[in-house]
Amino acid sequence: MVVRVQQAAFDLGAELERFSAARKDAGAVVSFTGLVRDDAGGALDRMVIEHYPGMTERAILEIEAEAVERWALKDVLIIHRFGDLRPGDRIMMVATAARHRKEAFEAAEFLMDYLKSRAPFWKKEFTRDGAEWVASKDEDEAALGRW
Amino acid sequence: MIDVLYFAWVRERIGLPREKVETSAETVADLVEELKAREERYAVAFADVSALRVAVDQELTEFSAPLAGAREVAFFPPMTGG
Repeated sequence: MVVRVQQAAFDLGAELERFSAARKDAGAVVSFTGLVRDDAGGALDRMVIEHYPGMTERAILEIEAEAVERWALKDVLIIHRFGDLRPGDRIMMVATAARHRKEAFEAAEFLMDYLKSRAPFWKKEFTRDGAEWVASKDEDEAALGRW
Repeated sequence: MIDVLYFAWVRERIGLPREKVETSAETVADLVEELKAREERYAVAFADVSALRVAVDQELTEFSAPLAGAREVAFFPPMTGG
């Protein structure tokens, strides 16, 4: 089980290779990667992600522990970046390893739903027209209800 | 004396990321009232607490939560991780 909160970019291929290598107890590995999306039609210059050092790690570990217990996961990897990012940059990734794919998919979705609105990160977008904090969506909060 | 932390637009509106506050507030809501009474920038930042979230000692909680024994209180908008 690994949780990393970091400024640096990560190598998606290498992370997944390491995560799934020589694993004999899990038949399924699912991963999700979040990217900086330019909704401004090319006008997004950069995104700055702020977080709450200390609470961030703690909140993610709590979310992870719940997923491990509910889906009997064999392993979890969560990497989330902060700082200055450009359109197309990877913001974060989660990977889950379980005996079967259903558990791995569901747990990855659960992790993403909770990381979205319970991990203390805030995104600010800088476009040609100015800077704006990304607002949370009601549907993100509602998504927690299905778990 | 407790550490009060601000993040995202709350930090920008108040103009600082953290400060030490001498308070005898019993709950988070009482602390918010004390801060609002200080200066206009606090009143602006805390104008609508339904748009804010609070963590006491790094655990999300409610504005009605007690502050007894708390070391750190953080105010921020709804989180946008992932």
